Amino acid sequence: MDELLDILEKYGRLPLAELAVLAGGDEREIARALAGYEADGIVTGYTALINWEKTGTERVTALIEVKVTPQRDRGFDRVAERVYRYPEVKACYLMSGGFDLTVVIEGKSMKEVALFVAEKLATIDAVTSTATHFVLKKYKANGVVFSREAEDDREQGLV
Amino acid sequence: MNVREALQPRVRDLPASGIRKFFDMAGETRDAISLSIGEPDFVTPWRIREAGIYSLEQGRTHYSPNAGLLRLREAVAGYLRRRLGLSYDPETQIIITVGGSEAIDLGLRALAGPGDEVIVPEPSFVAYKPCAILAGATPVPVPLEERDRFKLTPEKLAKALTPRSKVLVFPFPNNPTGAVMAREDLEGIAPLIRDSRLIVLADEIYSELTYSGPHVSLASLPGLKDRTLVINGFSKTYAMTGWRLGYAAGHPDLVAAMRRIHQYGIMCSPTVSQHAGIEALDNCDAEVEDMRGEYNRRRRVMLAGFRRAGLECFEPGGAFYVFPGVGSTGLSSLEFCERLLREERVAVIPGSAFGEPGEGYIRACYAYSIDNIREALARIGRFAARLRGRDGPFPGGR
Repeated sequence: MDELLDILEKYGRLPLAELAVLAGGDEREIARALAGYEADGIVTGYTALINWEKTGTERVTALIEVKVTPQRDRGFDRVAERVYRYPEVKACYLMSGGFDLTVVIEGKSMKEVALFVAEKLATIDAVTSTATHFVLKKYKANGVVFSREAEDDREQGLV
Repeated sequence: MNVREALQPRVRDLPASGIRKFFDMAGETRDAISLSIGEPDFVTPWRIREAGIYSLEQGRTHYSPNAGLLRLREAVAGYLRRRLGLSYDPETQIIITVGGSEAIDLGLRALAGPGDEVIVPEPSFVAYKPCAILAGATPVPVPLEERDRFKLTPEKLAKALTPRSKVLVFPFPNNPTGAVMAREDLEGIAPLIRDSRLIVLADEIYSELTYSGPHVSLASLPGLKDRTLVINGFSKTYAMTGWRLGYAAGHPDLVAAMRRIHQYGIMCSPTVSQHAGIEALDNCDAEVEDMRGEYNRRRRVMLAGFRRAGLECFEPGGAFYVFPGVGSTGLSSLEFCERLLREERVAVIPGSAFGEPGEGYIRACYAYSIDNIREALARIGRFAARLRGRDGPFPGGR
């Protein structure tokens, strides 16, 4: 039931009755589908998209290119696992091209992020090099544009 | 000098639109929550806007051919083949217009004149009757009913037919009812059309907004292609209302006649819009699919909301309107809408604005965000509960 997943991705967690109306199913059916998705790890959580810049809270995001020596039998998975277990790591991807892992890190300050890279990431045996890029401004994340939406400027016409 | 006396009686006496009348009467609506505007809330998909911008950067700022850019007419032909299974020659059978509205006007002016009757099912879009009158013809309204799910039945069509019947306006999916006509419904009326001299003006502007299977065009039924003018546009499908872009496809003789009127009155549709339109037809099926999915969710929320409020509402299969009945409240459409606006600051349109048969109904549009719809429905529920006096039936109910 892809429709339900689309709705969850767009609207997040809603009361079952509302989900049932949106998806056009009955509540029990929706509850069962939802439980299935959660059990199968298809729906892995529900979060809010927050523009932290607006709260005045200091937050720094960095994208780190990591080069890694792959390990016999395990390839990159073992190293990736060591990296992504840190809570500071918001995302971790195996990449094609000139480096191996993209690691997205969030910290309170540039110093904190730099320390994490220097002390935790770069010191892993298999890691041969890192390049850290700090995010200066977020325009769009997870499909959501972070600027104000245009106002509804539709005129009352005859249609 | 009395300018008013100089006006053509036909124009001077043209009645104002019921929608306009309602809002003139209702006055200031700026702080109201609206479910009244019949156009998409979505902004035109970026790739379409970008194609328009690119055409300007390339200096494509001149007139296009009268009938529209050939490349766009080819894209329209491709679209009609893909979606309706119909083949039209882009050179002779397709004209690009300033919105679907211009195509309606051109079609009626090309076909109908003094002494001709134009059959107009109602409730429907407010422009058909005025365009028929401006063409000098006589509009003949056919009342559609909820018990027929607001479809045009063979009985109703047969009753409206006279030797003077010339054009049948066929507005499905329908504004304001949301009614659609499925293939078997079309097959029911097709023999009557074949046996008459009717030309059908099929306004299919909402054809991509159907929620239980793809739209079927009357033109795709055996023997009806040549006598059906298919009118469509970009406004609703691609959220391109402000670009003013539409088209018509039909018999070469009819399209040639429309092209003649268009070339003298309009020259051509905006060239920038035409370039954007090519991108829309060629590459935006996914965007349309997304918008349709979102409208469908809103449709379900609206239906559930009106039913919860105790207002009966037949399930619309297309467009972006619900058309609940308010007769049970004892109020007329107009009274219901005026009071709802005054007491709860929610704007909906009285069904009577779409012709006499719309009396007893209201049109609520769901081209609004879910949050807006939820708030409006909560207020409508409160209003209905107040009319009802808590749990009982509506006191003045009929």
